[in-house]
Amino acid sequence: MLFKRSAAFKMDVLKEVGNIGAGNAATALAKLIDKPVDMPVPQASLVGFDDIADRVGGSEQVVVAVFLRVEGDVPGNLFIIIDTDSANKLLHHLLGIRVVQIGFFSELESSALSEIGNILAGSYLSSLADFTKLSMMPTVPSMTIDMAGAVLTSGLLQFGQMGDDALLIETTFQENGESMCGHFFFIPDPESLEPLFRALGVPFE
Amino acid sequence: MTGQTVTKVAMADLNVAEGGALLKTTGLGSCVGVTLYDRKTKLAGMAHVMLPDSSIARDANFNIAKYADTAVPELIHRLVAAGATKFRLEAKLAGGAQMFAFSSQSDAMRIGPRNVESCKRILQLHTIAIAGEDTGGSHGRTIELDSGTGKLLIRSVQFGIKEL
Repeated sequence: MLFKRSAAFKMDVLKEVGNIGAGNAATALAKLIDKPVDMPVPQASLVGFDDIADRVGGSEQVVVAVFLRVEGDVPGNLFIIIDTDSANKLLHHLLGIRVVQIGFFSELESSALSEIGNILAGSYLSSLADFTKLSMMPTVPSMTIDMAGAVLTSGLLQFGQMGDDALLIETTFQENGESMCGHFFFIPDPESLEPLFRALGVPFE
Repeated sequence: MTGQTVTKVAMADLNVAEGGALLKTTGLGSCVGVTLYDRKTKLAGMAHVMLPDSSIARDANFNIAKYADTAVPELIHRLVAAGATKFRLEAKLAGGAQMFAFSSQSDAMRIGPRNVESCKRILQLHTIAIAGEDTGGSHGRTIELDSGTGKLLIRSVQFGIKEL
């Protein structure tokens, strides 16, 4: 329904959206930890509800998730998902903290992770907003450590009212090969597609 | 508990099982897992409900397992068709959490509690008693219903395993 014509082209544009945002966020992260950060080409796809959690290791996989609601011209949900192992490494690089108890973060550690999420999301959105001249305002981030399935469904509910798929713009970032890995999920609300495409110069029928 | 068949219930999905098979659904956040059980026939049913009310569906042929008000009646219907007796059915609920705390109280963010309320209302409408529930909070859950015993196992990251 959304992508009847020129579907492949539109997906390419959305990949570029992911690229612009995440490129900037990866740079911010590299500065933060003072190490180079790699970012493969993003993916844009329509993903079924059940498959979305598989992207980060399955519905029951415990992850660190930072969630922001994006408001403005292109409302949607932004998730930054980091596996607990990578979160530990990130804390070590950044603050010199060695996490003692696996799967449990102290208030300081949680706050640091939430702030990292905030910085990444901020740079993701601001580069995208600069490029498209659209207003995109993030809400205060909220962080949780829980099952990936449970966390991601809350971002799908905007879509739950429509169909059984969500449009997902997915970018991963890695530091030093595989050693640290995170995912960006930007899930625009259905009504956000039109302004987004129009701002990028793609005709929307 | 090895050797038991496990029937997976996906998101916005429902299923029935019998003869000691397990019904399982993973990663319940704001979604609610509704289970129904008939002790005598050992027929069990489970639905993974995402949203409270189908009136918001914009599509005429929507997935009925997605909404509380359509999934619960369908589950009852499927169990009765399989040989269960409606007045013997007992319900258990799990999930309906609010995964993220937000200052802006938009309705979408309160979806978990609304899902639970809706499920309870529909169950009451069908005069089905709620035998147990583990709802609310801010954590995800994975649930498993044993059709042999009617016991519901609830797993979460923070609280480990709980039995209803």
